[in-house]
Amino acid sequence: MKGRLFTKKEWDKALRELSKSQKIFVPAKEKDFHNFTVLDNNMEPDFDFQNTRLSPKSIVFPQSERMFEYTLDETSPDAHILKEAPKDFPPQAVVGIRPCDAHAFQIVNVNFDNPEYKDPWWVRRYRATTFVGLGCNEPCSTCFCTSVGGGPFSEKGLDILLHDLGDRFLAKAITEKGIEFLDKIGSGKEASEQTLKKAALEAEAALGKISSSVPTDRLKEKTEIELFDAPFWEKIAFPCINCGTCTYLCPTCWCFDIQDEVFRKEGDRIRNWDSCMFPLFTLHGSGHNPREKKVQRVRQRFMHKLKYYVDKYGNGVACVGCGRCVQFCPVNIDIREVFELMNGY
Amino acid sequence: MLEYTPKIREIARGLLEKGTVDVFIGYRKGSVPMMNEPVLVTDPAQTDVLHWDSHCGLNLCNYLTKRTDRIGIVANGCNSRNIVTHIIENQVKREQLYIVGIPCTGMIDHRAVKRAVNGKEIKEVQENKDTFLVIGKDFEEKFAKKDFLQDNCSVCRHRNPVEYDEMVAEPVEEQEAEDVFADVKTIEKMSPSEKQDFFTQLISSCIRCYACRNVCPLCYCPTCFVDESQPQWVGKSIDPVDTMTFHLLRAFHCAGRCTDCGACERVCPVAIPVRQFTKKLNKDTLELFQWEAGLTLEQRPALDVYRVDDYNDFIL
Ligand code: SF4
Ligand code: SF4
Ligand code: SF4
Ligand code: SF4
Repeated sequence: MKGRLFTKKEWDKALRELSKSQKIFVPAKEKDFHNFTVLDNNMEPDFDFQNTRLSPKSIVFPQSERMFEYTLDETSPDAHILKEAPKDFPPQAVVGIRPCDAHAFQIVNVNFDNPEYKDPWWVRRYRATTFVGLGCNEPCSTCFCTSVGGGPFSEKGLDILLHDLGDRFLAKAITEKGIEFLDKIGSGKEASEQTLKKAALEAEAALGKISSSVPTDRLKEKTEIELFDAPFWEKIAFPCINCGTCTYLCPTCWCFDIQDEVFRKEGDRIRNWDSCMFPLFTLHGSGHNPREKKVQRVRQRFMHKLKYYVDKYGNGVACVGCGRCVQFCPVNIDIREVFELMNGY
Repeated sequence: MLEYTPKIREIARGLLEKGTVDVFIGYRKGSVPMMNEPVLVTDPAQTDVLHWDSHCGLNLCNYLTKRTDRIGIVANGCNSRNIVTHIIENQVKREQLYIVGIPCTGMIDHRAVKRAVNGKEIKEVQENKDTFLVIGKDFEEKFAKKDFLQDNCSVCRHRNPVEYDEMVAEPVEEQEAEDVFADVKTIEKMSPSEKQDFFTQLISSCIRCYACRNVCPLCYCPTCFVDESQPQWVGKSIDPVDTMTFHLLRAFHCAGRCTDCGACERVCPVAIPVRQFTKKLNKDTLELFQWEAGLTLEQRPALDVYRVDDYNDFIL
């Protein structure tokens, strides 16, 4: 299939109809920014946005997730036995995801779903999700997706790619899942050659609007020790306040912490997003902390994304160039400069 | 305030050349609009990176904690008050510091500027004394700075540094005290359940990234109570009760110490007006103990000293 055309009205109506039978996440305005929210009758999706403030990773990997429950009641035969917290994983879709964020799901997937290890919650939720992307006609000046294996109309990680043509959406199904989703949406009409051509030209033009770029070509050839011992880390780290902004907003940061919470005799084992920027992240039970200093933590974040991941998976860097950390790091630590420093060292 | 930049560079260069200080802490111009980056300069030849404008809304006092070298630092009104607080709390010594005083005319609220251009992408913001020009892809708009001050700056009564070794310019006129606590008073009038709803709503989008805590110079505890895991004082998920516990306790830890510099509110990635917590306590310490943080090195703060005439209605 080459592409189906929907007027925005039709699209909105069809999504709302479908949202009665399955969960659909759409971008919506919240205060001064956008975030993904479950579509229902009380809200207005807003596809006129640059990117959401938080990445959509929580749709598959929630910030807090109950994994197990247990009882400490000694009279119960199940005392101290961990039981998987009951939940189901029905089909869901995220509509309007930007190509960088869809690419990020692929990057994270190699960590949670590989031959050695399968994260049961990630795997089931990821497979149940249909990714309906929205190409970027107007990329931001902080976007650098084209340097890291993506692009404003990249299809990586997507089941469908939407193209905003003003009053209409052109929808192109990329996978079987995508075809099924479009069938459920129904209606729409086949796009003419002319429309397809116009869309292709626009996508081409969007490429030219990407104004940020980062170098990555020499990251692989350097040894880890060389980069680890490089002299620039102190300088990069000085302003850092070790908050969770960069890692929590980032679509490719996957680290979590596991905590038990007990109320009276009932307990939950919960996993929460964690951040390599927090001192607690590496604190050992003994009290020793191998990454006690801020400079060690800052180095870890960049080494993981731009070196360890590169070496371990041979899959490029663990950054999709969405620019969130560039825009929202409170002290303006700019990963584009770190790319330059590491690659040029 | 852009015009202070050459003077700051000159002073810093002199201090580093003469060896009066080992390092100089200031800002350099950021890589995205309305964002500057704290920088530590040690080489007199590098002082030209130093920069000052109306987007220096962090709190550089944060970078002084437990340093042992001699430090030059730029400080406007609120930052100087935090430095005083740091000295009183033994986080740094007065003798270590060379404070370059900035008479401050306030910081620009970056969110308000983005709102004013309907969320369109801003490529550059050029400052020119009382006005600033916002430049985007196909627009240019000029605004008056006084209409875009950060909320804390619009009610600030200490724009000039209280403690300094040298000023970069003549002091600015202090603002007439309008009602600094109007917002707090509105909340005080609410019923307990309305207050609960108000604050629950206020923090509903909090992701517990702790940017508000970490950007604050008051939060220097080696381990914050929220990070403690043995014992676990507060849950670490985004359960609303735990998030509220974090915010309330953080605010109480700042009572009598907060200078309302606004850094916490400025940095929140999801735009939560966290000053609504600390401001109430600032009002209380002012009304109950006639205390404002960081105005003098001569007096112990309200909450670490007892005076016979202290407010003591709460003692049964
Ligand atoms: S790099 Fe920026 S966003 Fe990340 S932890 Fe440091 S200060 Fe926070
Ligand atoms: S590191 Fe920064 S630019 Fe890269 S994917 Fe994460 S948030 Fe986006
Ligand atoms: S609170 Fe006062 S001193 Fe601090 S930045 Fe605002 S106007 Fe300047
Ligand atoms: S900065 Fe904002 S999101 Fe982060 S912990 Fe503070 S209030 Fe919550």
